[in-house]
Amino acid sequence: MEEILSVQNLTKYFVTKKGIFSSSEKIIKAVDGISFSLKKGEVFVLAGESGSGKTTTARLILRAIEPDSGTVFFDDVEIGKQSKNLDKLRMQCQIIHQDPYAAINPRMKISDIIMEPLEIHKIGTRQERKKMVIDALQEVRLEPAEEIYDKYPHMLSGGQRQRIVLARALVTKPKVIIADEPVSMLDVSVRAEVLELMRELQEKHGISYIYITHDLSTARYLGQRIAIMYLGKIVEVGPIDEVLLHPRHPYTQALIDAISEADPENLNRYKEIRINEPLDADVYQGCRFRSRCPYAIEKCKDEPPLDEVGKDRLAACFVKID
Amino acid sequence: MSYISVNDLKTQYKTQTGIVHAVDGVSFFLEKGESIGIAGESACGKSTLGLSLMRALQGGIVVSGDILLDGKSIIKMSESEFTKNYRWKEISMVFQGAMNSLDPVFTVEHQFHEILKQHNYTGDFDKRIAEIITSVGLNNSVLKKFPHELSGGMKQRIVIAMALLLNPKFVIADEPTTALDVLVQAQVISLLKKLKKEGLSIMLITHDLAIISEIAEKIGVMYGGKMIEFGSSSEIYKDPKHPYTQGLLQSIPSLKENKKPQYIRGNPPTLLNPPQGCRFYDRCPHAMEKCKKDPPKIKTDSGYVQCWLYE
Repeated sequence: MEEILSVQNLTKYFVTKKGIFSSSEKIIKAVDGISFSLKKGEVFVLAGESGSGKTTTARLILRAIEPDSGTVFFDDVEIGKQSKNLDKLRMQCQIIHQDPYAAINPRMKISDIIMEPLEIHKIGTRQERKKMVIDALQEVRLEPAEEIYDKYPHMLSGGQRQRIVLARALVTKPKVIIADEPVSMLDVSVRAEVLELMRELQEKHGISYIYITHDLSTARYLGQRIAIMYLGKIVEVGPIDEVLLHPRHPYTQALIDAISEADPENLNRYKEIRINEPLDADVYQGCRFRSRCPYAIEKCKDEPPLDEVGKDRLAACFVKID
Repeated sequence: MSYISVNDLKTQYKTQTGIVHAVDGVSFFLEKGESIGIAGESACGKSTLGLSLMRALQGGIVVSGDILLDGKSIIKMSESEFTKNYRWKEISMVFQGAMNSLDPVFTVEHQFHEILKQHNYTGDFDKRIAEIITSVGLNNSVLKKFPHELSGGMKQRIVIAMALLLNPKFVIADEPTTALDVLVQAQVISLLKKLKKEGLSIMLITHDLAIISEIAEKIGVMYGGKMIEFGSSSEIYKDPKHPYTQGLLQSIPSLKENKKPQYIRGNPPTLLNPPQGCRFYDRCPHAMEKCKKDPPKIKTDSGYVQCWLYE
């Protein structure tokens, strides 16, 4: 399969001051030299806890913030400072944010919200735009579209709002959608509906997704490949079923241990999570997971490289777990 | 006689636009040492149910029904008697988002002292605090710290420790794992499991049915202010009766089995002046003419279901 988006050695450090008056600075390595590629028509999952750099990665790809180093290729063109390439990227690569209550302007009509990207990219005439908005609304199954068209966001529920956000992303006919925790704020009963919709659009229009989440169960439903991030580094990449059923990195294993399934037998079972309490160690020395890892050995004081551990699979760990 | 029994409890909020029927005729019971999970989506009345049990409603009133604890009504009891003998000593609560309401200008220790002082605790303060801190798996050094120096998981444990400080037998935990990271969430669940083993009864309020399965022997599923199904957790997971419970269980994606999650069409109802009849009517795949009337409580093996299908 061809690659639509590829990221090489992307790095972003944030510098924060320790106190208001102190001059000592603290460096946070939000994204530290990560590389991955997104194939055409695929769903690539970026998973990890908060603070692992998932959202920063998304913002770096879209150049909402400037990376310190590293390159992003979209459709075989390097996205740099040239505004021509950047405009193309921003039209064909859309983002869906986590909170559907914060992502849309409460004072704008639904029609204006969805039309805004078309106006920014100067697509179509007024009449054509109106039709595109109606089409997008129908695409995300908000019926009757003509009625929704004139509504305001407060008249809609959380699930409907998230579909408005999806419609706004779809209206410019993107090739890639970056979905940053699109269902975590929604009620369980409507989550599956939004996920199913995303999957349908993927099949119908060949849209590729980067699906950012901490929820490995929805990741498995939607994704084909997964990368697990920990403190700015990718620690494991591979086909989703293999990674989630036979994890090779201790962090992936701990994440999977942590998931509960709805099963009445759980009541009598001891819940074991194979992880240590974090110590106040310098996390940027050697393997970042070292202080929490139950398998840590002396060698882990060096940084483990992301090595091949199987077909299409990479993991950054000196210890071979099974 | 059950340890806790709630009979036809109705709690309402009066607003300018009308009466919000947040808890509308909820009944359940619990034996000593058992835990219950209250499941449901946002705005189904589950937090109001918890607050009613704690007599901590803000702006809401219990209009009818009763809550019996060891056979004694805590609704009819005077405020001073409840505070003196029950609040925090018999029943306590981990409020939703409580970890964000620790006072930022006082140390953790100071905040523990405050609770003990308020409740006229007569024993050794420091000894009791040290005990409780160890029981939630923290060490004494956190006592000298301010809330901003602690991680989310540590703060959540401290809030749980506070609820346990006066040795209650029943703790209501309202969404204790939301807003925590996956790993920390699992650690908090392990902690609750441990406390439960030591004899604590927990009422776990959450939208996550998977978490409930770790802790609760009984489950009450709420929808639109009503408890539409109540029973043992094995019955609810293996043989759910109400179409809403069935839909909710099918909507959870599974990590181990690659099955497709289903969803429930439509939106939850508003609790402001709700119409007659089954609240799930608009979204139910089995809706019939009869459903426009209030469904009766129909007995099941371990509890009840409110649905005309089983008449």
